[in-house]
Amino acid sequence: MKDVKIYTENLSVFFDYIQALNNVSIQIKANRVTSIIGPSGCGKTSFLRTLNRMNDLMHGFKMKGEVKIDGVDIYDDNIDVVNLRKLVGMVFQKSNLFPKSVYENLIFAPKLNNIKDKNKLDEIVERSCTQASIWDEIKDRLNDNALNLSAGQQQRLCIARALSVNPDVLLMDEPASALDPISTSRIEELIFELKKDYTILVVTHNMQQAARISDFTAFFYLGQLVEFEKTTKIFTNPSNKQTEDYITGRFG
Amino acid sequence: MPEEKNIKNKEIRKLPASTKYYEYFAIGLVQVITAFVFLILFLVLGKIFYEGAGIIDYQFLTEAPRNNMTEGGIGPAIFGTVSVMFLMIIFAVPIGVFSAVYINEYAEDNLAQRVIRASVNNLAGVPSIVFGLFGLGFFVLFIGKNFDEVMGTGLLLGQPAMLWASATLAVLVLPTIIISTIEALNAVPHSQRAAAYGLGATKWQTIKGVVLPQSRSGILTGIILAVSRGAGETAPVLFLGCAFFLPQLPVAYLDLGLFAVPFINPAEQFMYLSYHIFILATQSSNPTLTMPVQFGTAAVLITLTVLLNITAVIFRFKFRRTLQVVREN
Repeated sequence: MKDVKIYTENLSVFFDYIQALNNVSIQIKANRVTSIIGPSGCGKTSFLRTLNRMNDLMHGFKMKGEVKIDGVDIYDDNIDVVNLRKLVGMVFQKSNLFPKSVYENLIFAPKLNNIKDKNKLDEIVERSCTQASIWDEIKDRLNDNALNLSAGQQQRLCIARALSVNPDVLLMDEPASALDPISTSRIEELIFELKKDYTILVVTHNMQQAARISDFTAFFYLGQLVEFEKTTKIFTNPSNKQTEDYITGRFG
Repeated sequence: MPEEKNIKNKEIRKLPASTKYYEYFAIGLVQVITAFVFLILFLVLGKIFYEGAGIIDYQFLTEAPRNNMTEGGIGPAIFGTVSVMFLMIIFAVPIGVFSAVYINEYAEDNLAQRVIRASVNNLAGVPSIVFGLFGLGFFVLFIGKNFDEVMGTGLLLGQPAMLWASATLAVLVLPTIIISTIEALNAVPHSQRAAAYGLGATKWQTIKGVVLPQSRSGILTGIILAVSRGAGETAPVLFLGCAFFLPQLPVAYLDLGLFAVPFINPAEQFMYLSYHIFILATQSSNPTLTMPVQFGTAAVLITLTVLLNITAVIFRFKFRRTLQVVREN
């Protein structure tokens, strides 16, 4: 149990009267990449957003069950949502950098934590960019508007920005779906690198991508967790008929 | 060329004459009506600038009226208008912007919120003379009088003054500022807020650090339009300290020992451009002789508001472009 980072027990999520997740119980291991696959509308993103409580912002959100990170119930009344989100970083489908300079994007979150020392901020910028393997490309462009970078660079900068608060967990919602193959492969390499330090969950529509990057794969269908296994197992010998059908492209 | 066998092939090439003329007529009518709008604008502006432009020079813009208002300039009226607008912004912008932030960002979508929104929209439809009477009743006679009584300041604020004119105009332009701020806030894409929340920003940090900066030019557009509206109003300031003629500018000096710092004295009466036109035309002893000054004043007022509106258009353009860049990325 020690290497379990995220643990959910009978997690159900509702938006008004629509049920998005139904009794999901899963144990996600630390320092591993877990892919979440499934057809559109199956609850992948809802699941991801439950883990950093981004769903709290959605209208009519209700949840039942338990979600624990490092053994702590994150829906407990004593939990501060804002601090939780610093612990559980998120990267979105489309890069959503602020229309500010590269540097300002990277120090946005550290400044929220009241870090004002210029040297310390510089240090954070360099560390997070190096981790996101984008430092060499942008170290001379820190004062450029972030929106002038290429789409691939922007997405890696989003990852760097998410890393700037030193999270434990990184949630990625289809991080490469809007990118060309070369940028995609750079993101994939990056995810592989990052798992040394972070627990990573990736929602993806791309089976090959899931097979390439992840250690574990969870298949969601109609709000339920159908199968959760080692990636090698799920792609070679799935135990569930629905999983097999989805992976082989017979539906979805 | 294949031979045209079917007679219908020929028919589709030409519209029947009646349809064609009807079409010309419709286009012509639309053009004439549109031209009429321009004509009115052209006549108004043309007349005013033709008659008024000649009189405008540095002295006209800076000096006080002389010789029973028939000579001299409109310096005090310009000073008064700018001062009132300045005070109005100080009152209206914080209230307007924060109300909009509340309505758009914090308020739940419920009956109360809809009532507030409807109130804002209805406030925009209240005739300006009603605001003037409200200002006289509420600001001057209620707040001002009571202030004087409680603080023992004699007759300081319990009378029509620049402070109350500015406050009343602030109420008048509040809907303009609130509505345009709501629009600007609403236009900031959801993904930008999600980015901030995802990084552990609180709601207020998100609004302060992401939403407000990105809607800045949109909000500025609203403020400028509010100023251009306020500068053109006459009715609300009518009872609130607008003066026919003031020998001195409403300026007081704060004595700091070694030197004195001048500041706009909000407890004073003031002259106002739009009111100046009104009194020249109706109250002066010889309206005909003041005609050139009237035209000059009108030209200055129109130039002022047009310049403000152009600035607003530039800011709006800038705002749209920023948003477009954010959306495309």
